[in-house]
Amino acid sequence: MARESNFKNMFLCLLIICFGGSALLGGVYLITYEPIVAAQAARVNQALGGVLPQFDNMPAEEAYQVEADGKKMTVYPGTLNGELTGVAVEATTTKGFGGQIKVMVGFLPDGTINNTAIISHTETPGLGDKIDPRKSNFSLQFNQKNPESFRLAVKKDGGQVDAITAATISSRAFCDVLELAYKAFRQSIQKEGGDQ
Amino acid sequence: MSRLKTLVNGIIKGNPTFVLVLGMCPTLGTSTSAINGMSMGLATTFVLMLSNLVISLVAGLVPSKVRIPAFVVVIAVFVTVVQLVMQAYVPALYQTLGLFIPLIVVNCIVLGRAEAFASKNNPFDSFLDGLGSGLGFTLSLTVLGTVRELLGSGSLFGIKIIPGDAILVFILAPGAFIALGYLMVLFNKLKKA
Amino acid sequence: MEYIIIIISAVFVNNIVLNQFLGICPFLGVSNRISTATGMAAAVVFVMTLSTLFTYLVQYYILDPLNIAFMQTVTFILVIAALVQMVEIILKKISPALYQALGIFLPLITTNCAVLGVAILVVTKEFSFGGTPHMLDLPQSLVYTASMALGFGLALIIFAGMREQMDLVGIPKPFRGVPISLITAGILSLAFMGFSGIV
Repeated sequence: MARESNFKNMFLCLLIICFGGSALLGGVYLITYEPIVAAQAARVNQALGGVLPQFDNMPAEEAYQVEADGKKMTVYPGTLNGELTGVAVEATTTKGFGGQIKVMVGFLPDGTINNTAIISHTETPGLGDKIDPRKSNFSLQFNQKNPESFRLAVKKDGGQVDAITAATISSRAFCDVLELAYKAFRQSIQKEGGDQ
Repeated sequence: MSRLKTLVNGIIKGNPTFVLVLGMCPTLGTSTSAINGMSMGLATTFVLMLSNLVISLVAGLVPSKVRIPAFVVVIAVFVTVVQLVMQAYVPALYQTLGLFIPLIVVNCIVLGRAEAFASKNNPFDSFLDGLGSGLGFTLSLTVLGTVRELLGSGSLFGIKIIPGDAILVFILAPGAFIALGYLMVLFNKLKKA
Repeated sequence: MEYIIIIISAVFVNNIVLNQFLGICPFLGVSNRISTATGMAAAVVFVMTLSTLFTYLVQYYILDPLNIAFMQTVTFILVIAALVQMVEIILKKISPALYQALGIFLPLITTNCAVLGVAILVVTKEFSFGGTPHMLDLPQSLVYTASMALGFGLALIIFAGMREQMDLVGIPKPFRGVPISLITAGILSLAFMGFSGIV
């Protein structure tokens, strides 16, 4: 092929490059397809493993949707020898300072919060991001508390939660998402009870 | 000797960030920590090496009027390869760098090297030039990331070394501009001396 | 109401240049004079909105149904590059006056990462305007994109105004040029941080 810029040359050249590129990408896509799916599943499983007590089933495969406050949430039941040991709820709030906060909350069957894990958030680094247990102990204060008796609101609003200094909005949003998850949990327990 | 020069040129004398002032968006956007900056730099280096190599191979066959579109497609293909590989094997990092990975396509350094060097030189030299420019970019991103991480969160490569609170603003948006600005001042001053 | 939130959020709170670091090159490059900054801003608003319209349709009616979303980067950059070329040709034919005003900025826009960045953001990010998280629909995407572009224009024009003043003062030698611009941009970005949290 010459470097002459006539229509045929330009057309053929771009066609060949696009075709070659697409073929290469198709190949890479096929190779990476399984690892990508596995990596996405691993993220959910890792979060589940952190928030649920002992379980021997595959919660990700038994997940179902629950609606509370007009919002759909995913519920992952964890069982050990067929007995329900805990329920994880994936809930999202939009009341964060930077927008969305997505959290996985693990409940024991009686409604006590077992543990929480942040899946994604866009809070300010160094301030609001302290909702993440890797950054501060803020979220640990909810563990082993039952929202039935524990008021999920910061002290400024008359609740029992110690807010993060200088990040009241993020702290409120975190309470909000827990409250939401708890509602979903109540729904799912009622449903499970109804099934049995 | 001249091969070595090709490689080193991109690192110091033709440093993409401090001298040529190219690729500012990823520089500012991903340098919140040393690790993030370095990963972004290495991803760009990978694209630069391979796109330079392929472009120098095909440059003689491409009609000059469609040169730019052809180059852009080659670059975009390699960027997508990086995207897929990162999604598969380092998903956490892919999430952190986010939008800036696909945006390597429009990084002026990549197209700039393709136009200015790879289209006129042999494949091996082009590969070296890509490696050099990429490493130069990685170096400046790592330096900026280190400074911001040290000042903004008191740690280095994720290890906390200064106890207590740090100067938060350096890991936020304004800190990126200001830190890079002062680093350039320093670079200019040192270059004079 | 939802549209007002989208506009405020895109123009002020998540300003594309000062908060998201997209389009820094034109931000530093064509901010010497307010008049050129205005021209560039207008061209960006025009091209960005138009390209998002096309990339949105490509994503939802071609890439998604064929299950080849991984080709996103390649197709988007081609769509944008082709679009900019076409706009240039059409503008030259039908409105020479507008072409003269915007023409010189058009080639610069292809490599403006803000255009590709917003096109990708619109189809990949979940937004939370008005309560529940959701993907933007077409009218919302267009409003969002246009607001993002306006945010770019706003930052660019404010910055150009500041740089015009800076020409009149003595700046220490190592600071001249890009460094002082970056530091000024940092202070401007600090000012824009005051908007965060309002939506």
